[in-house]
Amino acid sequence: MECSFGITGKGYTIIASDSNAARSIVKMKTDEDKQKVLSDHLVMTYSGESGDTLQFSEYIERNLRLYGIRNHVELRPRAAASWIRAQIADSLRTRNAYQVNLLLGGFDLPTSEPALYWVDYLGTLATVPFAAHGYGAFFALSTLDRYHRPDMSLEEGLDLLRRCINELKTRFIVDLGTFKVRVVDREGVREVKL
Amino acid sequence: MSRRYDSRTTTFSPEGRLFQVEYAMEAISHAGTTVGILAKDGVVLAAEKKVTSKLLEQDQSSEKIFNLSDNIIAGVAGITADANSLVNYARNQAQKYLLAYDDDMPVEQLAQRLCDLKQGYTQYGGLRPFGVSILYAGFDDHHHFQLYHSDPSGNYSGWKATCIGNNNGTATSLLKQDYKDDIGIQEAMGLAAKVLSKTMDATSLDSEKLEFATITLDPRTKKPVGRVFKPNDIDRLLEKHGLAKPKDPEAAAAAATSAPAQGEAMAVDS
Repeated sequence: MECSFGITGKGYTIIASDSNAARSIVKMKTDEDKQKVLSDHLVMTYSGESGDTLQFSEYIERNLRLYGIRNHVELRPRAAASWIRAQIADSLRTRNAYQVNLLLGGFDLPTSEPALYWVDYLGTLATVPFAAHGYGAFFALSTLDRYHRPDMSLEEGLDLLRRCINELKTRFIVDLGTFKVRVVDREGVREVKL
Repeated sequence: MSRRYDSRTTTFSPEGRLFQVEYAMEAISHAGTTVGILAKDGVVLAAEKKVTSKLLEQDQSSEKIFNLSDNIIAGVAGITADANSLVNYARNQAQKYLLAYDDDMPVEQLAQRLCDLKQGYTQYGGLRPFGVSILYAGFDDHHHFQLYHSDPSGNYSGWKATCIGNNNGTATSLLKQDYKDDIGIQEAMGLAAKVLSKTMDATSLDSEKLEFATITLDPRTKKPVGRVFKPNDIDRLLEKHGLAKPKDPEAAAAAATSAPAQGEAMAVDS
């Protein structure tokens, strides 16, 4: 029942994920942060098998940090996404693959472009203007399709996200509660309240 | 006595020196000169080929300047056989990076990778170090155009203009004199040709004794392009800067007869 969204706009990327930690039909926690800030200009949301998500996301986080320390530059979003995808693809071909779905939202400084990547547990990587994982995708992708524009201001982008979450509130059988939202732009990553 | 510290690469002498590594660097200073100049819109590499002979088949592939990847070219000085092995390693590393990150390898990282390898031979015993210095010229989105130099000890450094091989002192002082911070690629090519004309013992230059390469940005795609010059491109460049051999057939004949004398340098730079 997990759900995450990503939306790019004019000079920014919004990343949002629900804050539930659930097991079977029981909600264990409602303030879980299912995102990792990987570098100054890169955030990742993760969902999937609960042990795998944490193990994998920490592995990614530590390795990207190591790259930054070794090379005095952070990996660009595109390069980071390709590397992360390769990790999933390699893991998929073992007996115990990580079952993790990711959204990577970033801002590429050299080209001054926002970046959003959709990655699933099968090692699919797609560059997208907006994205969703989980049941939310069934409800929100049509809304995103209809109202998304690449040149949206941040406020318009956040409004679109509110619209998507509202759609879930009215149509989805489960109440997902509050969403954790982060914005990446030239200045870096910051958390915003909806 | 000093012989005691000569035979193993990994043994310090009492003065704290590694003789084998120093000898490797010495080998390089007898090799043909290679210069690199960083310009605002590109980087130039130019190299002197020491082995020229009338009987030698004119090779299509170059012997001292190589494409390492889409965004990096390299010029070498020293034992060319060692260089070929390092070039192979570098190309391999660059492609591995491309596979992992779907992005061109940053120039400094490639220089660093090769230095890690070279350094290993100054520490792990039983083997001799690589007798090669390398100039790396390249472009990446982090730092744009760059020029690096690495030596057999595994040190590397970034330069605006530098020179390795025979006569590198003369070349460096010439570069110091004539280098300007806002130099363009055309000017840099002229300067490289001029420096080589001063450091080489030949009276006139031609494509048989020289190698030239540039890395620039494609004006349309904004992607880096490495270009290793063909012989007639080199001749045209030399002509443009007034350094070419006189067209007079008598002078050409005289130059040709004096050429075989240079074949003796083969030991270091074959």
